[in-house]
Amino acid sequence: MWDNISLLIIAPLLNVQLLLDGVLIGAIFALAAYGLALVWGVTNVKNLAQGDLVIMGGYIAYVFTTLGIHPILALPVAMVLMFGFGWLIYRLIISHVIERDLFTSLLATFGLALVIQQLLNLIFGPDVQIAESGFDILFLFGGQVTLAEIKLVALVLAGVLAAMIVFFMKTSRMGQAIRATAQNARAAKIMGINTDRVYAFTFAMNAAICGAAGVLISMIWVIQPFFGTSYSIRSFVIVTAAGLGNLPGVIVAGLGLGAAEQFSGFVLGAEFQQATVVGLLVLVLIIRQLQMRRQRRVVS
Amino acid sequence: MFHMKPIYAATAMAVSLGLGLAGTAAAKVEGDTIILGSAISLTGKYSTNGIHAQNGYELAVKRINETGGVVVGGKSYKLKVVYYDDESTPARGAQLAERLIQQDGVKFMLGPYSSGLTKAIAPVTEKYKIPMVEAEGASRSLFTQGYKYLFAVLSTSEQYLASSLSLAAQIAEKNGRKASDVRIAMAFENDPFSQDVRAGVMDDAKKLGMKIVIDDKLPRDLSDMSATLTKVKALKPDLLVVSGHSKGAATAARQLQELRIQTPIVAMTHCEAAQVTAKFEGASEGLLCPTQWAESLSYKGEAFGTAGEYDKLFKATFAGYKSVPYQAAQASAAVLVWKDALERANSFDTLKVRDALSATEMQTFYGNIKFSAAGNNTAKPMVLRQIQGGSYNVVAPAEWASKEVVFPRNPNY
Repeated sequence: MWDNISLLIIAPLLNVQLLLDGVLIGAIFALAAYGLALVWGVTNVKNLAQGDLVIMGGYIAYVFTTLGIHPILALPVAMVLMFGFGWLIYRLIISHVIERDLFTSLLATFGLALVIQQLLNLIFGPDVQIAESGFDILFLFGGQVTLAEIKLVALVLAGVLAAMIVFFMKTSRMGQAIRATAQNARAAKIMGINTDRVYAFTFAMNAAICGAAGVLISMIWVIQPFFGTSYSIRSFVIVTAAGLGNLPGVIVAGLGLGAAEQFSGFVLGAEFQQATVVGLLVLVLIIRQLQMRRQRRVVS
Repeated sequence: MFHMKPIYAATAMAVSLGLGLAGTAAAKVEGDTIILGSAISLTGKYSTNGIHAQNGYELAVKRINETGGVVVGGKSYKLKVVYYDDESTPARGAQLAERLIQQDGVKFMLGPYSSGLTKAIAPVTEKYKIPMVEAEGASRSLFTQGYKYLFAVLSTSEQYLASSLSLAAQIAEKNGRKASDVRIAMAFENDPFSQDVRAGVMDDAKKLGMKIVIDDKLPRDLSDMSATLTKVKALKPDLLVVSGHSKGAATAARQLQELRIQTPIVAMTHCEAAQVTAKFEGASEGLLCPTQWAESLSYKGEAFGTAGEYDKLFKATFAGYKSVPYQAAQASAAVLVWKDALERANSFDTLKVRDALSATEMQTFYGNIKFSAAGNNTAKPMVLRQIQGGSYNVVAPAEWASKEVVFPRNPNY
């Protein structure tokens, strides 16, 4: 461990490499986490299938490459398809558990996660897949730091998507209805908002966001039917750290988590890269608990 | 008294059921057919390789039946395999092994796919003293339990990447350096198979006096190893060894390219499963990949002839194979071992057959087969192939090599 820390001090450019790798992938984590926060805030359903929706998006990009189409073109298609899938899932499952207690909705979404994993496994098989973007690699600092262009493209796309979502939430009627429902579902209902439709739209929009994140992930890392869980956990860590309805917080937490993973992977070894995510979740929960205690409130 | 009646009834039922089962339990040899049994992964996460193995079994059975069958006691018998799908779960595999032995009366077993499943089934076959010839469980922990009825035709997992160290040592010496100057970076998944591979590398590194500069464990749901590779870039080892199933190979190949890793020797397992030559054409150039078997090897034996002839026959029999996976070849070899042992035992007595198995010494298209007291095959080496111009060429050990190793590796990033 100390060797690795001293390595970072001797060769400061390594920090740049790790930071870039982490922050750029963190932007995609933030995207998926924002979708989770949205559903959580509006419907109060904690979606444990979040990561599996991401992986589904990845497989849509993979299908595009097998058809000889550039995977980046899968982005809008994946969003549309996943929107439809999300709507369907809301109607079939979520709408039945939305009024129930926390445990029921956790169980339902966990079941959904298992079903998605197994279906992907049946359709695509257990081997890892990638979607090759064919983009070049940039050399910074005389080649000592390398950066895949696809990561920059993904960052820009993730940014554009986030901006579009914010714009939509602020200006459109549906966006306003979503925000109203999040603030007080009962009041919104009295004011004539069809909250059931709002819930369905929110869940579908979340699925679309996840689909987009998945397309980007498949071009940067690798996907496999059972990889969803780690994205679910990351999303939960980010949302728990940032809080609901706090987009800047989600972005900062997402980027930070990406960087934290890279640095812990370097210093402690790759086996701690994902352990860091879970470790951070515990830490965030403890800090939140202490903050809430100061305010004499119970963390719900 | 009254409340005990259901228990009596249940006991009676269990007894009659037991008798019923015993009645059907005579299926080891039916007429002129010898029945082999196997629980194999036809669905679930191991299904791809499970089906390769099944195809291997079936091809050998077909071949043997077409060329005179198995001659025991002057009579020619045909072979037949009873399969059950273990759904890639060890618990199910163990259950099905019980069922094959207890219910179907199978006396001769073929192995399942993967070390995990073999680990689950071996205690069952051992309990009933039913010999099992397996072809897909490479974990060395299978051969440290003192099993008497388990025989494996493949090389054990600690040999997978160890050969890359001796190759690195040879290259170092050729270039006027000492073997002990070689610095190794290791990245192994934290699962039983990859950790066995790691143990083999550690042993050889110690023997050769090589220094290990990175020793990272990769997580199970690995999709990023750029932190490890950044370390590799900084420390510039002479040899990088990676093992993490196909996800490890795919992730490594993608990120080797992304980080422009210039390590002169890079060896990894599961190159073919991850389809690195197709997906990472430039980055995969010069990678060293171990394999149990290759169709270009000059092995030769009865039934199938040479490795190349087996390759042709397999492709002609099963559509959709561009190359023959070694998982299929070794499965076929396991069936050949059964034929050989049954003929030498000249009996269907499981103990006699077991003894015949342990005395096996044969040449096959898959390589030589001779079992140690522990049951693993010690006569066949692991071969190392290098990706050269997009195709896999055997480069080590020297006696089987078809091409010189390219050093340093020349990736086309």
